Parts: sequence; structure tokens; C-alpha cells
Amino acid sequence: MLDIRHIVKQYSHHRALDDVSLHVPKGSIFGLLGPNGAGKTSLIRIINQITAPDSGEIYFDGELLQPKHIERIGYLPEERGLYKKMKIGEQMLYLAQLKGLSKSDAVQRIRTWFEKLQIESWWDKKVEDLSKGMQQKVQFVATVVHEPDLIILDEPFSGFDPVNAQVIQEEILELNKKGATIIYSTHRMESVEELCDYIALINKSKKVLDGPVREIKRSYQNQQYVIEFKEQEGIVPSFIDTPLFEVIAEKNAIDNHEVTIRLQHDNSLNDILLYLIPQVQIHQVREVIPSMHDIFIANVTDPSTNKPTHHA
Amino acid sequence: MRKILLIINREYISRVKKKSFLLVTFLVPMLFIGMYAAIFFLTKQSYEDTHAVVHVVDEEGSISSQLKNNKNITYSLSNTDLQEQISNLKNGAKNTNLLIIPADFYTSRKIELLSSGKPNISTQNEVKSQLREIIRNEQYRKMGLNIDSIRNINDSIHIAAKEVTETGDAKDSHTEVAMGIAMGLCFLIYISLVLFGTQVMRGVIEEKTNRIVEVVISSVKPFQLMMGKIIGIGMVGITQFVLWIILSLTLMTVFSTTLFGNKEMAQQAMGRSMTEVPGEHVNTGNTDLDWTAALDSVNFTELTICFFVFFLGGYLLYSALFAAVGSAVDNETEAGQFTMPITMPLLIPYVLSFGVLINDPHGSIATWLSIIPFTSPVAMLVRIPFGVPTWQIVLSAFLLIGGFIVTTWFASRIYRVGILMYGKKASLKELLKWFNYRN
Repeated sequence: MLDIRHIVKQYSHHRALDDVSLHVPKGSIFGLLGPNGAGKTSLIRIINQITAPDSGEIYFDGELLQPKHIERIGYLPEERGLYKKMKIGEQMLYLAQLKGLSKSDAVQRIRTWFEKLQIESWWDKKVEDLSKGMQQKVQFVATVVHEPDLIILDEPFSGFDPVNAQVIQEEILELNKKGATIIYSTHRMESVEELCDYIALINKSKKVLDGPVREIKRSYQNQQYVIEFKEQEGIVPSFIDTPLFEVIAEKNAIDNHEVTIRLQHDNSLNDILLYLIPQVQIHQVREVIPSMHDIFIANVTDPSTNKPTHHA
Repeated sequence: MRKILLIINREYISRVKKKSFLLVTFLVPMLFIGMYAAIFFLTKQSYEDTHAVVHVVDEEGSISSQLKNNKNITYSLSNTDLQEQISNLKNGAKNTNLLIIPADFYTSRKIELLSSGKPNISTQNEVKSQLREIIRNEQYRKMGLNIDSIRNINDSIHIAAKEVTETGDAKDSHTEVAMGIAMGLCFLIYISLVLFGTQVMRGVIEEKTNRIVEVVISSVKPFQLMMGKIIGIGMVGITQFVLWIILSLTLMTVFSTTLFGNKEMAQQAMGRSMTEVPGEHVNTGNTDLDWTAALDSVNFTELTICFFVFFLGGYLLYSALFAAVGSAVDNETEAGQFTMPITMPLLIPYVLSFGVLINDPHGSIATWLSIIPFTSPVAMLVRIPFGVPTWQIVLSAFLLIGGFIVTTWFASRIYRVGILMYGKKASLKELLKWFNYRN
């Protein structure tokens, strides 16, 4: 859907984006992650043609990004709002028409959306009479009313209570199922795991990581296991001194021990189990799968642990 | 193009539908007409008040027969007792007077004028001038001069002050009228440029603080949004002026026909109220200054066209700057430091207009100010009632158009960056940096 190639954006004293290349597959939900000030918003603004890059180019559905593509993009900025004194219905009409819809189409689609979200009665209300969550709902409709092929959502769930967040999340998934590609920028890592097929992580103006979520996670599964066991009577476990693995963490209770180990020297889990079974009574063995949260923290806090990037 | 029309439409409709717009549109002409009516009635009232009845007690004997009644004063000879007269005066109608002429009037030249209320100055003047004439005639007589021949001496002259127009014709010049119109225009354009410019700035700040701006500019270019706003608000301004003109003319017509029955009287009343309002402007000898002619000498079509041209040009020029200021700040209080310097070029000719410009409308200061784009909207309108060569008006108008293209370009470069900067206090240096950003 979107092919971003070697984008550089320089502001007078800092470089907001430094040679960033990304590929957003069609029909995916693409998580755009990064700490504050990493350059996400700069990139999103370039995709929306609010600003232009200093160098590099973007291909939208195979074509070089042009002003006509604006109507195929829906953008929900992080800094968002509505005209306070305007009636909701008129406001929606205005925003939809700015996106290129004819008036009659706009009216029809807005009505459909309002029915779907059960907010038909809001048409003649003013924004200032709505609560923040209600405003966000309206704003979401404004973003997607022109049925864009690419939807860019920057922190779409902020301001929603859990119930409404769920409603909106379902709508996002529904839109994705109907074929829309979604770029989802957020700091909420749990929701990334729940929603995204692909992610890219930007830190300090550079892309540090991108690819399918599953692959990235797999690449961070660095042979770590948690083993829970009980000591066997009469046997003093001496497994600490072994070339098979390295112990990363230990948790000891009276009748239960838990160690986190990392395999070494091409040994498999079976080798370890063979080694351990004579010594202890094993209760549970599980592989440590890093969460997106861990991956994010690892990449953002210590650049030396960066993994080579994966291209999808 | 369709999008910019949508923006213009929203800006226009949302403002015209406001109650405050309707209020201002209808109240201002009412206020104007109301003030005008008030002036008229006050003048009329004072005119009626000046009519005085003067009872004369003539102890000298020959004076009372020489006093003449006129429209302001009616004399009546009274033979009753003085004390009775005075007590009558106490109960008498308003503006009743008692004139006591002593027997030795010709030598003492003292008279007494008793009034029911406070002695009226114009009655005093009237009585005084008549009595002076009586004394003068008496002295002529004593010196053996023929009063009739003296009366026939006529030393009056009439100055026909005319100005030579470009075509070589001489036309009547009415400097006072031109001055009045110049002041009015200058005030009107100054106020409206600042007011509508501020509205543009407020609109920009509103969009920025509401955080809707990023939503909108993901659909349209910042330049389109800025121009849409400027044009929309400008159209509100023009609508307001046109409505004012129509309403004032209608009210004026209704007012004069219902109150005066015919137009000539209205014009006479107008002339009267206008000459007599400025206090120092006392009798210049010829009070029947021909106001109809004076007003006819003003080319209202030219004035109206020039007003609209210079209002529009000035508005476009300044509102772009106001938009840039609005984009650079987060709230209106912060805007103060920037609005001061940009309204300076408007304020200077406005202040000067009360002195230099009006007294010397064709001097070099006035001419230059009326040609330089930033000051020309105000300065040119001050000069126009005095007659400005067409080439100067055209040159000034073209420079103004050039000026607004430059300021719009300049402002849009700051605007596109400014609207996306939240919570950053912009300095002038910062603005220049924004200006240099590429896209």
C-alpha cells in the first residue's frame, strides 16, 4: 500500500527523519512505534502531505504520492479537535466534503455511521455540549467517513472509556477486514500485540526495527526458558555449574524453585531436560516470549542491543 | 478550488449567522441615524427657543418706534406700571423679556433687559444690534449725513473659491465638506481594517487551540485554509458595508420624508445643523452656504469605489499578516506583542490624518503615505475627498495589490509552520526560521 523510501526530513537544528524506509503491506494493520519525539509525527505528516520530505519518496499503491491521494487517506491526528461552536452534523458534512465527497453522499454516509454508533441524536448538537469521549467518537467518524484506503490513527483510543474503546477497536478491525490498510501509532504496547500484523519502531529519527510482529517476536526469543521445579529428596542439585546453559534469574520458595535460563552452545531443550531430570522434579517448562513492551524498551533504552532489521 | 469555496462558505456562513453580526449590522445605521436625528432636533429646539417676546418700557420716548419685529423677536410697547410689568414677568411665559430704555439713553447708552428665565444670548445680541443701529442713525443725523445714501453703500464682496480640475474646468471647492468626509472615511477604514484583521487572527487562533487545524490540513493545503478564511471574512466585511449603506439610505429617506414632508426642507435642516454644530464656526457672513451644491460637489461614486478598492486591498494585505500572527501564538494574549508592530503602519497615517494630512492633503508627506502600500489605505482615503489625480490612485491601488501578494506569500510561509507548533512561544527570530523552512 505504502512504500516509503529513504525519507530525510531536516529542521533547522535537528534531523526529524534520517533515511527512513518502510513498507506497509496492503490490508495490514501496521504499528508505528517509537518514543516521544522519535519522528513518528513527522513521518505521518509527510504521508499526509502536510509537509514534504527533504529527500526520498513515497509510493502510494504503486504511484508516487500526489495531492490526489489525499482523498484516499483518512487521518486521525494525535492533536485533534473540532469547531466548538459548530453543529456536529454540519461539521461532519464540512469535513467530509473537504475530503472530496459530494454533499448528498456525505449526508448519507454520515447518517449510516451515526446509526451504527447510535449517535443519530447528536446531529444538531454543538461540540461544546459533548463530553470528551463523545467528541472522540465523532472525530473517528470524520476520519473514516470517506471510506479511505489508508487510515492513519495516531493514539486513537485516548479519551475513550474501556467500553467505547472496545467499540472503536471493533470498528477498526471491521474496516481492516473490508480492505482498508491501517497505520496505527501508539504507546500502548498491549494493543499493538492485539491488533498489529506488522510494526516499525522508530527511535531518534531512525528506523531501528520493522517487520511482521510474529517474526520480530521470534527473533527476540533468544533461547530462554523458565523452569519450575521441586528439589528431590536426598539430592543436592548442582546444575548451576554446567556449560549447557546460563542462569539468568532465580526465584526460590520453600518447596518451589523457578530459574530462567538461556541455552548455550547449540544445545536443545531436550539436552537440558535430560540433564535436569535425574536431579530435580520438574513442574513446568516454558519458553520466554518477549512482549512488544520488552522489545520496545530494549530497543529504545540501549541502542547496542539492536537487532538487525527485518524486511518484510 | 472546490475546497477553497467550501472553506470560504463555512467562514462566511458561520459568521453571518451569528447574532452579533445581525446586531451590529442593524444597530450601527440606527445609531448613526439616531445621532443625526438628535442633532437635528436639538438644533430645531434651540431655534424655537430663541424666539423672544420683549416688552418695551421706553422712557426716552422715540426708541420703541424704531425697533423692528423679526422672526426671532417680537416687541410690544407697554404703558403699564414698571412694578406690575416685573411681576407679570415672573409668571410670564418662557423667554419673555422686559426692555427698559432710560430717558438718557443716547448719552448713557445703558439699557436694562429683564428676563423670565436666564437672559438668552441671542435675544441680547439681537436687541443690542438693533439699538446700535438706532444710535448710529442718530449720530449720522446729527452729523448731517444722509442716511439713505449711507444705506446704499455696499462694500460686500463674494469670494468664489474654486479649484482647477485636471480638465481645466473650475469647480466650486468646499473644503469643509471634504474635510468632514475625509475624517469619516479615515476613521471607518482604520477601524474596519483592524477589526476584520483581528477576526482573521482570532479565527486562526481558534482553529489552533481547538486542534482542528491538523484535521483540516490533511485535506487541504494550509495556503487554501488561510486564503479561504481571509476571503470568507472579507466577504462578511463587504456584506456588512453594503447592508449599512442600504439601511442608512433607506432609513434616511424614510426619516426625511416622514418628518419633513419634502426633501428640500430636509436638506435645509441638514445644512443648518451642520454649520451650527462646530461652535467656533460662527457667522461667516453668508450663512446660506449652499449645502446642496457642496454635497453635490462630492463625487460619491468615486468615493464609494475607492473605499471598496482600498478597503479590500488593505484588508487582504493586513489580514494575511494577522493570520501569520495568529498561527504563531497559542492564545490572544500572546498575540499582543506581534499585533502592535503590524498595525503601526495603519496607526501612523490615522494619527497624522488629524493634522498634516488634512491640512495639506497634497503635500509630499500625504502623497508618499498614500502611495506606499502599508499606509495607503488610510492615507489615500483621507486625500480622496480633496481630489487626487487618477494616476496616483491607480498607482497606489496597483502597489497595494502588489503589497498584498508579497505579504500573503510571506505570511503563508510562517502560517504553514506556525499552525502545527503547539505550546511553543515564538520569537521574531523563530518566525524567520519558520519562514525559511522548506515546505
